[in-house]
Amino acid sequence: MAHKFAALGHPIQLAARQSETLDAEKTDLQLRYGVPVTLHEFDALLMETHAQFLAMLPELPEVAVSVVGLMGSQERSERDHLLASCIMRSNYEGPANILALLANRFEERGSGTLVGLSSVAGERGRATNYVYGSAKAGFTAFLSGLRNRLAKRGVHVVTVLPGYVATKMTEGMNLPARLTAQPSDVAERIVVAVKRKNDVIYVRPVWRMTMLIIRLIPEGFFKRLRL
Amino acid sequence: MKLSGWGRSPLVDAQVSVPRDLEALQKLLASKPSVIARGCGRAYGDSAINSSATIDMRRLNRMLAFDPKTGQLIAEAGVVLCDIIAAFLPRGWFPMVTPGTKFVTLGGMIAADVHGKNHRKHGSFRGCVDWIDVIGADGSIQRCSSKSHVELFEHTLGGMGLTGIILRAAVRLRAVETGWIRQTTIPAPNLKSAMTALERAQDSTYSVAWIDCLGTGGNLGRSLVFLGDHANASDLPTYRSLHPFATPAKRKLSVPFNFPCFALNRFSLRAFNSLYYRVGVWNRGQQLVDWDSYFYPLDAVADWHRIYGRKGFAQFQCAIPLNRSEEGLSALLQTVAKAGAGSFLAVLKRFGPQESRFSFPMEGYSLALDFPITTKNSHLWPNLDRITIEHGGRFYLAKDSRMSAETLRASDDRVGSFVQMRAESGWKSSFQSAQAERLVL
Ligand SMILES: Cc1cc2nc3c(=O)[nH]c(=O)nc-3n(C[C@H](O)[C@H](O)[C@H](O)COP(=O)(O)OP(=O)(O)OC[C@H]3O[C@@H](n4cnc5c(N)ncnc54)[C@H](O)[C@@H]3O)c2cc1C
Ligand SMILES: NC(=O)c1ccc[n+]([C@@H]2O[C@H](COP(=O)([O-])OP(=O)(O)OC[C@H]3O[C@@H](n4cnc5c(N)ncnc54)[C@H](OP(=O)(O)O)[C@@H]3O)[C@@H](O)[C@H]2O)c1
Repeated sequence: MAHKFAALGHPIQLAARQSETLDAEKTDLQLRYGVPVTLHEFDALLMETHAQFLAMLPELPEVAVSVVGLMGSQERSERDHLLASCIMRSNYEGPANILALLANRFEERGSGTLVGLSSVAGERGRATNYVYGSAKAGFTAFLSGLRNRLAKRGVHVVTVLPGYVATKMTEGMNLPARLTAQPSDVAERIVVAVKRKNDVIYVRPVWRMTMLIIRLIPEGFFKRLRL
Repeated sequence: MKLSGWGRSPLVDAQVSVPRDLEALQKLLASKPSVIARGCGRAYGDSAINSSATIDMRRLNRMLAFDPKTGQLIAEAGVVLCDIIAAFLPRGWFPMVTPGTKFVTLGGMIAADVHGKNHRKHGSFRGCVDWIDVIGADGSIQRCSSKSHVELFEHTLGGMGLTGIILRAAVRLRAVETGWIRQTTIPAPNLKSAMTALERAQDSTYSVAWIDCLGTGGNLGRSLVFLGDHANASDLPTYRSLHPFATPAKRKLSVPFNFPCFALNRFSLRAFNSLYYRVGVWNRGQQLVDWDSYFYPLDAVADWHRIYGRKGFAQFQCAIPLNRSEEGLSALLQTVAKAGAGSFLAVLKRFGPQESRFSFPMEGYSLALDFPITTKNSHLWPNLDRITIEHGGRFYLAKDSRMSAETLRASDDRVGSFVQMRAESGWKSSFQSAQAERLVL
């Protein structure tokens, strides 16, 4: 994602936990695209630090992308309520909190784009990942509300609902090749969405149809499916 | 998944892993009995395939440092050449040595010790490599260069991934004033005059001849000889000299499906070839050509290898020592012309001197030919092999997909010591490709 934006000449601010581990990425981006790159310590779960984090940025960005997410183990989170809560907060509260702060600043400025990576898993709760899915559902609703609120204030919000993406999160899982995107596909799609001011994007078009169908299945029938 | 090289044959079922960091790579090395590294898969045959563990290096692709005083770039092995050019040409730097495609990784260029059209003047890729970090089977990293861990360095250059996995390297780029090449085109009616033109071209940085393989008799070896030098700022017309590195954006063509085999019979080839020749005659003399069209004409056609149809194709590339070159090349071209198996690409290059443990180039001439894989053409191979060996020549492993272990040994007396080195260093058991198995390396 950073590569695609840097290639367009955007200065890049990378925020992460243990941001010093991104030193090589920083140099790489600078060498390839000749744009300024800065690293910032950020933990989505430490919400009390978010205001301070924003205050420390060298400048308020034009585009802010939240990719924060945690899949966790559904099975374990059924027994371990601390883990369940951590998954819920990592996918919803944390990202929503930082985007809310950014939204206010963007609104003041009268411009900017917020991008949130949610998931098709939030479109309907399924036995195999409803803890994660429910948090993504919350996040999707939050983004939609934010977009509605800011539509007339010059601030745009993009909701990204990727299907399967081949990343660290899905490593070792047996994903169907036809439905699986590469991270660079997702990034490419997001750059386009930011430019065209798209609202909700699926990365691979098949997902829009698939999710429509999944949403339409009557609950009485759905509950007996194994998905 | 099914894996092949650029020639699309052989197709091998292989397990591919894509490590995203050093730790993941080390884990793979610890868990797999033998592995082979893979870059962009531009080698034609099975050099970058290990059926039980092929390691795709393209995620380890960060540029780590650049020194604008010396032009030294330090980067991970998965960095692709086109990204190096995109990042550094606008700042006045170009690769010292480049193969005919920009979709190759740094690791792949080192492992094949690639050559460009400037081999005579600047040697192979090794000339720009300051050091290499190689990771061994135990996960440890050795920095090797012409001064330290010399044997590892020498064998890794041209070692086709069989000495370990290249993790990072420091390579020097060349300072250029523009992104343009001053090209001179010389039509040559036969092999002898093509060779004379190449011999006379020792002052040109780049030189190459394109041969019409269907020429027979007095036309045998009918060619276009292309010479080139980096243009200086003063060579450009004023409207270009303001932006000396900006080159026209190209339309991307693509070959969306596999051509049926009959599309490539000798008649369509003949037409294609003589047209190309005419164009060359019209364009004789000097021209300014942008770097992308000059070095990478084939890259403009994505997936052009599909033009050879579903069965894929093979490339034959040999180098023949200088004193036997003319004789050997005429024999090769006669054999090809007789079979009517003319190929789209028949490329002749003049190599300068090179001493190396296992790299391909030697002082003399290199001839590369593409053929669709057909039964008819498979009869041609043994003849081409024999002629090459009779003239003291050898074959390029990055282009090979079908040689036998005996042919390799008959052509290259360095095989024995390479194999011995592999056994003694423990590389043999840990780094193994389908090609190495076939060639018993
Ligand atoms: C259109 C075209 C034109 C070409 N022109 C030329 C030319 O002019 N001159 C020339 O010399 N070659 C040429 N080649 C061949 C090409 O440059 C080489 O095959 C090169 O090695 C391909 O790089 P790659 O990244 O695709 O490597 P792959 O094809 O993926 O691998 C090639 C070899 O490198 C090894 N390797 C790759 N990465 C690593 C690594 N990190 N560590 C250790 N080993 C590694 C593999 O094991 C394998 O043996 C051409 C190829 C094509 C398709
Ligand atoms: N992969 C898929 O198939 C898929 C499908 C749909 C949606 N998504 C969504 O896409 C986004 C990107 O995921 P990915 O696939 O790239 O997986 P990933 O590699 O696991 O990325 C998730 C990122 O979130 C960061 N993160 C997690 N908790 C954090 C916290 N508390 N504070 C700061 N950063 C935190 C992680 O940082 P660390 O590196 O420090 O752990 C990691 O970089 C996620 O929101 C994910 O839910 C992915």
